[in-house]
Amino acid sequence: MCVRCPPLRTLRRLRPSLTLVNSPRTFPGAVTPHRHYRVDADGVGIAVNEWGNENDPVLALVHGGADFSRTFDVFAPLLAAAGWRVVAWDHRGHGDSDHTHLYSFEADLRDAVRVLDTVAPHRPIAVVGHSKGGAIMTSLAEAQPFRFRSFVNLDGIPYRRPGPDLPEYQRADAMNTEITAWLEHRRRTATGSRKPGTIEELARRRAQMNPRLSTEWLEYLVTVGAREDADGWRWKLDPSMRMGGFGPWRPEFGLFRLSGLGVPFLGVLVGADEPMGWGTKPHQVEKWIPRHGRLEYFEDIGHFIHIEQPQMVADMALEFLGDPS
Amino acid sequence: MSTITLRHNRIELALHELRPATDDCHPLLLLHGLGERTPDTVPTDVESWSGSIWGLDFTGHGKSTIPVGGGYSAEILLGDVDAAINHLGTVTLIGRGLGGYIALLAAGARADAVHGAIITDGPGLTGGTYESSVPLVARLMNQGETPDPYALHELSRDVRAADYALDFVQFSTARSELSEPINVAAKYQPAWLEAVAAAPGVASLPIGDALNLYR
Repeated sequence: MCVRCPPLRTLRRLRPSLTLVNSPRTFPGAVTPHRHYRVDADGVGIAVNEWGNENDPVLALVHGGADFSRTFDVFAPLLAAAGWRVVAWDHRGHGDSDHTHLYSFEADLRDAVRVLDTVAPHRPIAVVGHSKGGAIMTSLAEAQPFRFRSFVNLDGIPYRRPGPDLPEYQRADAMNTEITAWLEHRRRTATGSRKPGTIEELARRRAQMNPRLSTEWLEYLVTVGAREDADGWRWKLDPSMRMGGFGPWRPEFGLFRLSGLGVPFLGVLVGADEPMGWGTKPHQVEKWIPRHGRLEYFEDIGHFIHIEQPQMVADMALEFLGDPS
Repeated sequence: MSTITLRHNRIELALHELRPATDDCHPLLLLHGLGERTPDTVPTDVESWSGSIWGLDFTGHGKSTIPVGGGYSAEILLGDVDAAINHLGTVTLIGRGLGGYIALLAAGARADAVHGAIITDGPGLTGGTYESSVPLVARLMNQGETPDPYALHELSRDVRAADYALDFVQFSTARSELSEPINVAAKYQPAWLEAVAAAPGVASLPIGDALNLYR
Protein backbone atom coordinates (compact mmCIF):
# COMPACT_ATOMS: atom_id res chain seq x y z
CA MET A 1 0.00 0.00 0.00
CA CYS A 2 1.52 3.28 -1.04
CA VAL A 3 1.05 6.31 1.16
CA ARG A 4 1.09 9.57 -0.73
CA CYS A 5 2.60 12.39 1.31
CA PRO A 6 0.20 15.33 1.79
CA PRO A 7 2.26 18.48 1.14
CA LEU A 8 1.46 20.26 4.42
CA ARG A 9 2.24 17.31 6.63
CA THR A 10 5.36 16.63 4.62
CA LEU A 11 6.51 20.20 5.05
CA ARG A 12 6.33 19.99 8.82
CA ARG A 13 8.02 16.63 8.91
CA LEU A 14 10.89 17.76 6.73
CA ARG A 15 11.56 21.10 8.37
CA PRO A 16 14.82 20.98 10.33
CA SER A 17 14.65 21.92 13.95
CA LEU A 18 15.33 25.62 14.40
CA THR A 19 17.54 25.64 17.45
CA LEU A 20 18.01 29.07 18.96
CA VAL A 21 21.72 29.23 19.47
CA ASN A 22 23.27 31.42 22.07
CA SER A 23 26.42 31.67 19.96
CA PRO A 24 29.47 30.58 21.94
CA ARG A 25 31.80 32.13 19.35
CA THR A 26 32.24 35.62 17.96
CA PHE A 27 34.20 36.86 14.99
CA PRO A 28 35.55 40.36 14.32
CA GLY A 29 33.13 42.27 12.11
CA ALA A 30 30.44 39.58 12.13
CA VAL A 31 26.93 40.96 12.54
CA THR A 32 23.83 38.89 13.30
CA PRO A 33 21.16 39.58 10.63
CA HIS A 34 18.82 42.43 11.50
CA ARG A 35 15.76 40.51 10.30
CA HIS A 36 14.98 36.83 9.85
CA TYR A 37 11.82 35.35 8.33
CA ARG A 38 10.60 32.57 6.06
CA VAL A 39 9.17 32.64 2.55
CA ASP A 40 6.87 29.88 1.29
CA ALA A 41 8.25 28.73 -2.05
CA ASP A 42 5.41 26.50 -3.27
CA GLY A 43 5.51 24.44 -0.10
CA VAL A 44 9.23 24.70 0.63
CA GLY A 45 10.06 27.03 3.52
CA ILE A 46 12.98 29.28 2.61
CA ALA A 47 14.81 31.03 5.45
CA VAL A 48 15.71 34.65 4.69
CA ASN A 49 18.18 36.89 6.51
CA GLU A 50 18.49 40.63 6.03
CA TRP A 51 21.02 43.28 6.99
CA GLY A 52 20.52 47.02 6.73
CA ASN A 53 17.66 49.48 6.65
CA GLU A 54 14.38 47.94 5.50
CA ASN A 55 13.61 50.98 3.35
CA ASP A 56 16.89 50.93 1.43
CA PRO A 57 17.10 49.53 -2.13
CA VAL A 58 17.38 45.73 -2.23
CA LEU A 59 20.63 43.93 -2.90
CA ALA A 60 20.26 40.15 -3.19
CA LEU A 61 23.26 38.20 -1.89
CA VAL A 62 23.24 34.58 -3.07
CA HIS A 63 25.38 31.86 -1.48
CA GLY A 64 27.05 28.88 -3.13
CA GLY A 65 26.66 25.11 -2.81
CA ALA A 66 26.97 23.67 0.71
CA ASP A 67 27.08 27.21 2.12
CA PHE A 68 24.32 29.20 3.82
CA SER A 69 23.36 32.84 4.20
CA ARG A 70 25.11 33.33 7.54
CA THR A 71 28.44 32.87 5.74
CA PHE A 72 27.80 36.52 4.80
CA ASP A 73 27.86 37.70 8.43
CA VAL A 74 30.95 39.85 7.77
CA PHE A 75 30.51 40.69 4.08
CA ALA A 76 26.79 41.62 4.14
CA PRO A 77 27.07 44.35 6.82
CA LEU A 78 29.75 46.09 4.73
CA LEU A 79 27.29 46.33 1.82
CA ALA A 80 24.43 47.33 4.11
CA ALA A 81 26.49 50.15 5.60
CA ALA A 82 26.65 51.72 2.13
CA GLY A 83 22.86 52.04 1.96
CA TRP A 84 21.66 48.66 0.69
CA ARG A 85 18.99 46.41 2.16
CA VAL A 86 20.93 43.17 1.85
CA VAL A 87 18.72 40.10 1.42
CA ALA A 88 20.23 36.63 1.59
CA TRP A 89 18.42 33.29 1.82
CA ASP A 90 19.34 29.70 2.51
CA HIS A 91 18.83 27.50 -0.55
CA ARG A 92 16.48 24.57 -0.03
CA GLY A 93 18.24 21.90 2.03
CA HIS A 94 20.79 24.44 3.30
CA GLY A 95 20.94 26.41 6.55
CA ASP A 96 17.51 26.96 8.12
CA SER A 97 15.50 26.30 4.94
CA ASP A 98 13.41 23.15 4.64
CA HIS A 99 14.91 19.85 3.70
CA THR A 100 12.75 18.63 0.85
CA HIS A 101 12.32 15.66 -1.47
CA LEU A 102 14.27 16.82 -4.51
CA TYR A 103 17.01 19.33 -5.29
CA SER A 104 17.92 20.86 -8.63
CA PHE A 105 19.36 23.99 -10.17
CA GLU A 106 15.97 24.89 -11.63
CA ALA A 107 14.23 24.37 -8.28
CA ASP A 108 16.77 26.73 -6.67
CA LEU A 109 15.90 29.28 -9.34
CA ARG A 110 12.19 29.02 -8.58
CA ASP A 111 12.86 29.44 -4.86
CA ALA A 112 14.98 32.51 -5.60
CA VAL A 113 12.15 34.04 -7.61
CA ARG A 114 9.72 33.49 -4.73
CA VAL A 115 12.08 35.40 -2.41
CA LEU A 116 12.59 38.21 -4.93
CA ASP A 117 8.81 38.45 -5.49
CA THR A 118 8.47 38.95 -1.75
CA VAL A 119 11.16 41.58 -1.19
CA ALA A 120 11.15 43.42 -4.52
CA PRO A 121 8.07 42.63 -6.62
CA HIS A 122 8.36 44.06 -10.12
CA ARG A 123 11.45 46.07 -9.22
CA PRO A 124 14.95 45.55 -10.67
CA ILE A 125 17.51 44.96 -7.94
CA ALA A 126 21.25 44.65 -7.47
CA VAL A 127 22.51 41.06 -7.23
CA VAL A 128 25.76 39.62 -5.89
CA GLY A 129 26.15 35.86 -6.28
CA HIS A 130 29.01 33.65 -5.13
CA SER A 131 30.01 30.34 -6.77
CA LYS A 132 26.87 28.29 -7.50
CA GLY A 133 24.88 31.34 -6.40
CA GLY A 134 26.58 33.30 -9.16
CA ALA A 135 25.80 30.59 -11.70
CA ILE A 136 22.15 30.42 -10.63
CA MET A 137 21.74 34.16 -10.90
CA THR A 138 23.45 34.18 -14.29
CA SER A 139 20.71 31.84 -15.49
CA LEU A 140 18.05 34.04 -13.91
CA ALA A 141 19.55 37.15 -15.54
CA GLU A 142 19.10 35.41 -18.87
CA ALA A 143 15.62 34.05 -18.16
CA GLN A 144 14.23 37.12 -16.36
CA PRO A 145 16.46 40.14 -17.03
CA PHE A 146 13.79 42.57 -15.83
CA ARG A 147 14.61 41.60 -12.24
CA PHE A 148 18.19 42.88 -12.48
CA ARG A 149 19.61 46.34 -12.04
CA SER A 150 23.24 45.15 -11.95
CA PHE A 151 24.99 41.87 -11.26
CA VAL A 152 28.27 40.90 -9.57
CA ASN A 153 29.35 37.28 -10.04
CA LEU A 154 32.01 36.15 -7.51
CA ASP A 155 33.90 33.14 -8.89
CA GLY A 156 30.70 31.61 -10.21
CA ILE A 157 31.59 31.26 -13.89
CA PRO A 158 32.16 27.55 -14.52
CA TYR A 159 34.29 26.66 -17.51
CA ARG A 160 34.60 22.92 -17.10
CA ARG A 161 33.86 20.29 -14.52
CA PRO A 162 36.16 20.42 -11.48
CA GLY A 163 38.62 17.57 -11.17
CA PRO A 164 41.69 16.38 -13.01
CA ASP A 165 41.91 16.02 -16.78
CA LEU A 166 41.78 12.30 -17.48
CA PRO A 167 42.20 10.18 -20.60
CA GLU A 168 38.93 8.87 -22.01
CA TYR A 169 39.03 5.38 -20.48
CA GLN A 170 39.81 6.81 -17.05
CA ARG A 171 37.10 9.46 -17.38
CA ALA A 172 34.51 6.76 -18.09
CA ASP A 173 35.75 4.68 -15.15
CA ALA A 174 35.61 7.70 -12.85
CA MET A 175 32.06 8.48 -13.97
CA ASN A 176 30.97 4.89 -13.48
CA THR A 177 32.46 4.89 -9.99
CA GLU A 178 30.70 8.15 -9.18
CA ILE A 179 27.34 6.80 -10.38
CA THR A 180 27.71 3.68 -8.25
CA ALA A 181 28.69 5.75 -5.20
CA TRP A 182 25.71 8.06 -5.74
CA LEU A 183 23.26 5.16 -6.02
CA GLU A 184 24.68 3.55 -2.88
CA HIS A 185 24.31 6.90 -1.11
CA ARG A 186 20.67 7.11 -2.24
CA ARG A 187 20.02 3.64 -0.81
CA ARG A 188 21.28 4.74 2.61
CA THR A 189 20.12 8.29 2.85
CA ALA A 190 16.46 7.76 3.83
CA THR A 191 17.59 7.26 7.40
CA GLY A 192 20.87 9.18 7.29
CA SER A 193 21.91 12.10 9.47
CA ARG A 194 24.99 14.30 9.65
CA LYS A 195 27.80 13.14 11.90
CA PRO A 196 27.79 14.92 15.26
CA GLY A 197 30.87 16.50 16.79
CA THR A 198 32.26 19.35 18.79
CA ILE A 199 32.56 22.85 17.38
CA GLU A 200 36.24 22.19 16.79
CA GLU A 201 35.58 18.89 15.00
CA LEU A 202 32.99 20.38 12.65
CA ALA A 203 35.34 23.28 11.91
CA ARG A 204 38.14 20.82 11.05
CA ARG A 205 35.82 18.93 8.69
CA ARG A 206 34.80 22.13 6.96
CA ALA A 207 38.43 23.15 6.63
CA GLN A 208 38.78 20.38 4.03
CA MET A 209 36.43 22.42 1.79
CA ASN A 210 37.67 25.80 3.04
CA PRO A 211 41.44 25.27 3.53
CA ARG A 212 42.30 28.97 3.25
CA LEU A 213 39.86 30.17 5.92
CA SER A 214 40.91 30.64 9.54
CA THR A 215 39.99 28.24 12.33
CA GLU A 216 38.46 31.16 14.21
CA TRP A 217 36.09 31.83 11.28
CA LEU A 218 35.21 28.18 10.73
CA GLU A 219 34.42 27.70 14.42
CA TYR A 220 32.22 30.80 14.28
CA LEU A 221 30.45 29.31 11.24
CA VAL A 222 29.64 26.16 13.20
CA THR A 223 27.75 28.23 15.76
CA VAL A 224 25.61 29.95 13.11
CA GLY A 225 25.34 27.14 10.53
CA ALA A 226 25.07 23.99 12.63
CA ARG A 227 22.61 22.97 15.32
CA GLU A 228 23.46 21.64 18.74
CA ASP A 229 21.82 18.31 19.56
CA ALA A 230 22.20 16.25 22.72
CA ASP A 231 25.08 14.27 21.16
CA GLY A 232 26.88 17.23 19.61
CA TRP A 233 26.78 19.76 16.76
CA ARG A 234 25.58 18.84 13.26
CA TRP A 235 25.76 20.86 10.07
CA LYS A 236 22.21 21.68 8.95
CA LEU A 237 22.84 20.75 5.32
CA ASP A 238 20.42 17.99 4.27
CA PRO A 239 22.29 14.67 4.66
CA SER A 240 20.78 13.44 1.40
CA MET A 241 22.92 16.01 -0.44
CA ARG A 242 26.48 15.07 -1.33
CA MET A 243 29.38 16.57 -3.24
CA GLY A 244 30.07 15.43 -6.77
CA GLY A 245 27.34 14.09 -8.99
CA PHE A 246 26.83 13.37 -12.64
CA GLY A 247 24.45 14.26 -15.44
CA PRO A 248 24.29 15.57 -18.97
CA TRP A 249 24.85 19.14 -17.80
CA ARG A 250 28.00 20.80 -19.13
CA PRO A 251 29.36 23.76 -17.14
CA GLU A 252 30.56 25.52 -20.23
CA PHE A 253 27.14 25.58 -21.81
CA GLY A 254 25.85 28.35 -19.54
CA LEU A 255 29.05 30.21 -20.28
CA PHE A 256 28.23 30.45 -23.97
CA ARG A 257 25.08 32.38 -23.13
CA LEU A 258 26.79 34.75 -20.71
CA SER A 259 27.65 37.04 -23.60
CA GLY A 260 23.96 37.74 -24.15
CA LEU A 261 23.33 39.30 -20.73
CA GLY A 262 22.08 42.85 -20.97
CA VAL A 263 22.49 43.88 -17.32
CA PRO A 264 25.64 45.64 -16.07
CA PHE A 265 27.96 42.74 -15.22
CA LEU A 266 31.07 42.38 -13.09
CA GLY A 267 32.75 38.97 -13.07
CA VAL A 268 35.39 38.13 -10.45
CA LEU A 269 37.80 35.21 -10.79
CA VAL A 270 40.53 33.97 -8.45
CA GLY A 271 43.86 32.22 -8.93
CA ALA A 272 44.31 30.05 -5.83
CA ASP A 273 42.97 26.54 -6.41
CA GLU A 274 40.55 25.18 -3.84
CA PRO A 275 38.32 22.07 -3.61
CA MET A 276 35.13 24.13 -3.90
CA GLY A 277 36.34 26.40 -6.72
CA TRP A 278 35.73 26.04 -10.45
CA GLY A 279 39.34 26.88 -11.29
CA THR A 280 38.22 29.15 -14.13
CA LYS A 281 40.91 31.42 -15.54
CA PRO A 282 40.31 34.72 -17.37
CA HIS A 283 41.63 33.57 -20.75
CA GLN A 284 39.07 30.74 -20.75
CA VAL A 285 36.04 33.00 -20.37
CA GLU A 286 36.90 36.57 -21.30
CA LYS A 287 35.49 36.30 -24.79
CA TRP A 288 32.08 35.38 -23.29
CA ILE A 289 31.90 38.37 -20.94
CA PRO A 290 28.99 40.66 -21.97
CA ARG A 291 29.98 43.53 -24.25
CA HIS A 292 29.72 46.16 -21.53
CA GLY A 293 30.77 43.82 -18.73
CA ARG A 294 33.95 43.73 -16.70
CA LEU A 295 36.18 40.89 -15.53
CA GLU A 296 38.52 41.16 -12.53
CA TYR A 297 41.12 38.55 -11.57
CA PHE A 298 42.92 38.06 -8.24
CA GLU A 299 45.85 35.68 -8.55
CA ASP A 300 46.59 35.08 -4.87
CA ILE A 301 43.09 34.83 -3.44
CA GLY A 302 40.89 31.73 -3.13
CA HIS A 303 37.32 30.81 -4.02
CA PHE A 304 35.85 32.40 -0.88
CA ILE A 305 37.20 35.80 -1.82
CA HIS A 306 34.44 37.68 0.01
CA ILE A 307 35.46 35.93 3.23
CA GLU A 308 39.21 36.22 2.72
CA GLN A 309 39.07 39.89 1.71
CA PRO A 310 35.62 41.18 2.69
CA GLN A 311 36.46 44.89 2.72
CA MET A 312 38.27 44.81 -0.64
CA VAL A 313 35.46 42.85 -2.32
CA ALA A 314 32.78 45.04 -0.75
CA ASP A 315 34.56 48.18 -1.96
CA MET A 316 34.86 46.75 -5.47
CA ALA A 317 31.21 45.67 -5.58
CA LEU A 318 29.96 48.96 -4.14
CA GLU A 319 31.97 50.95 -6.67
CA PHE A 320 30.52 48.85 -9.49
CA LEU A 321 26.93 48.91 -8.20
CA GLY A 322 26.98 52.69 -7.70
CA ASP A 323 24.72 54.82 -5.55
CA PRO A 324 21.95 52.62 -4.09
CA SER A 325 19.35 55.34 -4.54
CA MET B 1 -2.41 -6.51 -9.13
CA SER B 2 -0.65 -6.20 -5.76
CA THR B 3 1.45 -3.22 -4.70
CA ILE B 4 4.36 -2.80 -2.35
CA THR B 5 5.98 0.44 -1.19
CA LEU B 6 9.69 1.09 -1.61
CA ARG B 7 11.70 3.91 -0.13
CA HIS B 8 13.97 6.16 -2.22
CA ASN B 9 15.31 8.82 0.12
CA ARG B 10 12.11 10.64 1.23
CA ILE B 11 10.03 9.34 -1.66
CA GLU B 12 7.67 6.39 -1.29
CA LEU B 13 7.53 4.46 -4.56
CA ALA B 14 4.70 2.17 -5.64
CA LEU B 15 5.95 -1.08 -7.16
CA HIS B 16 3.11 -3.13 -8.66
CA GLU B 17 3.19 -6.83 -9.40
CA LEU B 18 1.07 -7.30 -12.51
CA ARG B 19 1.52 -11.05 -12.79
CA PRO B 20 3.47 -13.69 -10.85
CA ALA B 21 6.07 -15.89 -12.54
CA THR B 22 5.10 -19.12 -14.28
CA ASP B 23 8.67 -20.46 -14.26
CA ASP B 24 12.06 -19.52 -12.80
CA CYS B 25 12.76 -16.73 -15.30
CA HIS B 26 13.83 -13.45 -13.71
CA PRO B 27 11.35 -10.53 -13.42
CA LEU B 28 10.43 -8.06 -16.15
CA LEU B 29 10.09 -4.48 -14.89
CA LEU B 30 7.92 -2.03 -16.87
CA LEU B 31 8.89 1.66 -16.78
CA HIS B 32 6.13 3.98 -17.90
CA GLY B 33 6.40 7.13 -20.00
CA LEU B 34 6.29 10.74 -18.85
CA GLY B 35 2.91 11.52 -17.31
CA GLU B 36 1.83 7.87 -17.34
CA ARG B 37 1.57 5.26 -14.62
CA THR B 38 1.92 1.51 -14.39
CA PRO B 39 -0.93 -0.12 -16.37
CA ASP B 40 -3.53 -2.16 -14.48
CA THR B 41 -2.97 -5.24 -16.63
CA VAL B 42 -0.08 -6.84 -18.50
CA PRO B 43 0.41 -5.10 -21.88
CA THR B 44 -0.14 -7.43 -24.82
CA ASP B 45 3.37 -6.98 -26.21
CA VAL B 46 5.00 -8.45 -23.07
CA GLU B 47 2.45 -11.21 -22.39
CA SER B 48 4.95 -13.85 -23.53
CA TRP B 49 7.26 -13.13 -20.55
CA SER B 50 7.27 -16.15 -18.23
CA GLY B 51 8.88 -14.51 -15.20
CA SER B 52 6.97 -12.19 -12.90
CA ILE B 53 5.95 -8.85 -14.42
CA TRP B 54 6.22 -5.67 -12.37
CA GLY B 55 5.65 -1.97 -12.96
CA LEU B 56 7.19 0.96 -11.07
CA ASP B 57 5.46 4.31 -10.64
CA PHE B 58 8.17 6.95 -10.90
CA THR B 59 8.42 9.79 -8.37
CA GLY B 60 5.44 12.14 -8.85
CA HIS B 61 3.55 9.56 -10.91
CA GLY B 62 0.82 7.00 -10.21
CA LYS B 63 0.70 6.09 -6.54
CA SER B 64 4.20 7.31 -5.68
CA THR B 65 4.93 10.41 -3.58
CA ILE B 66 4.43 13.87 -5.05
CA PRO B 67 7.55 15.86 -4.03
CA VAL B 68 7.14 19.35 -2.60
CA GLY B 69 8.22 22.04 -5.07
CA GLY B 70 9.59 19.89 -7.91
CA GLY B 71 13.29 19.42 -8.64
CA TYR B 72 13.09 16.41 -10.99
CA SER B 73 15.86 14.94 -13.12
CA ALA B 74 16.32 11.72 -15.04
CA GLU B 75 19.01 10.78 -12.51
CA ILE B 76 16.47 10.90 -9.67
CA LEU B 77 14.30 8.45 -11.62
CA LEU B 78 17.40 6.27 -12.07
CA GLY B 79 17.50 6.18 -8.25
CA ASP B 80 13.83 5.08 -8.31
CA VAL B 81 14.70 2.14 -10.56
CA ASP B 82 17.68 1.29 -8.39
CA ALA B 83 15.33 0.98 -5.41
CA ALA B 84 13.24 -1.49 -7.44
CA ILE B 85 16.35 -3.44 -8.48
CA ASN B 86 17.43 -3.56 -4.85
CA HIS B 87 14.10 -5.24 -4.09
CA LEU B 88 13.70 -7.50 -7.14
CA GLY B 89 17.29 -8.49 -7.91
CA THR B 90 18.21 -9.15 -11.55
CA VAL B 91 15.59 -7.76 -13.94
CA THR B 92 14.97 -7.09 -17.59
CA LEU B 93 13.72 -3.57 -18.18
CA ILE B 94 11.30 -2.35 -20.81
CA GLY B 95 10.54 1.36 -20.89
CA ARG B 96 8.16 3.62 -22.76
CA GLY B 97 9.51 7.02 -23.77
CA LEU B 98 11.06 8.60 -20.66
CA GLY B 99 11.01 5.13 -19.09
CA GLY B 100 13.09 3.86 -22.02
CA TYR B 101 15.72 6.52 -21.37
CA ILE B 102 15.76 5.64 -17.67
CA ALA B 103 16.07 1.95 -18.60
CA LEU B 104 19.22 2.81 -20.55
CA LEU B 105 20.67 4.72 -17.56
CA ALA B 106 19.90 1.79 -15.25
CA ALA B 107 21.40 -0.73 -17.68
CA GLY B 108 24.65 1.24 -17.58
CA ALA B 109 24.64 2.07 -13.88
CA ARG B 110 23.67 -1.43 -12.68
CA ALA B 111 25.01 -3.56 -15.53
CA ASP B 112 25.32 -6.59 -13.26
CA ALA B 113 21.64 -6.49 -12.29
CA VAL B 114 19.98 -5.41 -15.55
CA HIS B 115 19.66 -8.35 -17.95
CA GLY B 116 18.73 -6.32 -20.99
CA ALA B 117 16.95 -2.99 -21.46
CA ILE B 118 14.36 -2.38 -24.17
CA ILE B 119 13.63 1.18 -25.26
CA THR B 120 10.23 1.74 -26.88
CA ASP B 121 8.22 4.72 -28.12
CA GLY B 122 6.34 6.78 -25.56
CA PRO B 123 5.93 10.18 -23.90
CA GLY B 124 9.10 11.95 -22.82
CA LEU B 125 11.40 10.10 -25.20
CA THR B 126 12.82 13.25 -26.77
CA GLY B 127 13.54 15.37 -23.69
CA GLY B 128 15.29 18.70 -23.95
CA THR B 129 18.47 19.89 -25.59
CA TYR B 130 21.24 22.17 -24.38
CA GLU B 131 19.83 24.83 -26.67
CA SER B 132 16.38 24.59 -25.07
CA SER B 133 17.65 24.48 -21.50
CA VAL B 134 17.13 28.18 -20.62
CA PRO B 135 15.23 27.98 -17.31
CA LEU B 136 11.61 29.01 -17.62
CA VAL B 137 11.21 29.52 -13.86
CA ALA B 138 7.60 28.51 -14.23
CA ARG B 139 5.39 28.41 -11.15
CA LEU B 140 2.96 25.52 -11.35
CA MET B 141 -0.03 24.58 -9.25
CA ASN B 142 -0.02 21.13 -7.74
CA GLN B 143 -3.51 19.95 -6.84
CA GLY B 144 -2.21 16.95 -4.95
CA GLU B 145 -2.80 14.57 -7.84
CA THR B 146 -0.39 12.65 -10.04
CA PRO B 147 1.19 13.20 -12.42
CA ASP B 148 2.88 16.13 -10.71
CA PRO B 149 2.90 19.15 -13.07
CA TYR B 150 6.52 19.81 -12.09
CA ALA B 151 7.39 16.31 -13.33
CA LEU B 152 5.71 17.01 -16.66
CA HIS B 153 7.44 20.38 -16.95
CA GLU B 154 10.94 19.49 -15.81
CA LEU B 155 11.29 16.01 -17.27
CA SER B 156 10.02 17.09 -20.68
CA ARG B 157 12.93 19.59 -20.78
CA ASP B 158 15.58 17.47 -19.04
CA VAL B 159 18.56 17.38 -21.40
CA ARG B 160 19.09 14.19 -23.44
CA ALA B 161 22.61 14.32 -24.81
CA ALA B 162 24.01 11.71 -27.19
CA ASP B 163 27.49 11.63 -25.60
CA TYR B 164 26.00 11.14 -22.14
CA ALA B 165 23.66 8.38 -23.35
CA LEU B 166 26.59 6.65 -25.07
CA ASP B 167 28.50 6.60 -21.77
CA PHE B 168 25.74 4.41 -20.35
CA VAL B 169 25.78 2.16 -23.42
CA GLN B 170 29.50 1.72 -22.85
CA PHE B 171 29.08 0.96 -19.14
CA SER B 172 26.43 -1.63 -19.99
CA THR B 173 28.25 -3.38 -22.82
CA ALA B 174 31.53 -3.46 -20.88
CA ARG B 175 30.06 -5.30 -17.89
CA SER B 176 26.97 -7.15 -19.05
CA GLU B 177 27.09 -10.88 -19.77
CA LEU B 178 24.93 -10.17 -22.84
CA SER B 179 26.54 -9.27 -26.15
CA GLU B 180 23.73 -6.80 -26.89
CA PRO B 181 22.34 -5.63 -23.54
CA ILE B 182 20.48 -2.64 -25.00
CA ASN B 183 17.66 -2.95 -27.54
CA VAL B 184 16.10 -0.01 -29.36
CA ALA B 185 12.56 -0.93 -30.42
CA ALA B 186 11.36 2.67 -30.81
CA LYS B 187 10.18 3.74 -34.26
CA TYR B 188 10.92 7.40 -33.55
CA GLN B 189 14.53 8.06 -32.66
CA PRO B 190 15.56 11.52 -31.49
CA ALA B 191 19.25 12.38 -31.90
CA TRP B 192 20.39 10.79 -28.63
CA LEU B 193 18.54 7.56 -29.41
CA GLU B 194 19.78 7.46 -32.98
CA ALA B 195 23.32 7.56 -31.59
CA VAL B 196 22.51 4.80 -29.11
CA ALA B 197 20.93 2.60 -31.81
CA ALA B 198 24.07 2.90 -33.93
CA ALA B 199 26.46 1.98 -31.10
CA PRO B 200 28.17 -1.42 -30.79
CA GLY B 201 26.32 -3.74 -28.43
CA VAL B 202 22.90 -2.29 -29.20
CA ALA B 203 20.26 -4.39 -30.97
CA SER B 204 17.21 -3.12 -32.86
CA LEU B 205 14.81 -6.04 -32.57
CA PRO B 206 11.03 -5.94 -32.28
CA ILE B 207 9.82 -6.15 -28.66
CA GLY B 208 8.92 -9.84 -28.80
CA ASP B 209 12.30 -10.85 -30.20
CA ALA B 210 14.12 -8.68 -27.67
CA LEU B 211 12.21 -10.34 -24.80
CA ASN B 212 13.28 -13.73 -26.15
CA LEU B 213 16.88 -12.51 -26.28
CA TYR B 214 16.82 -11.40 -22.63
CA ARG B 215 14.79 -14.29 -21.21
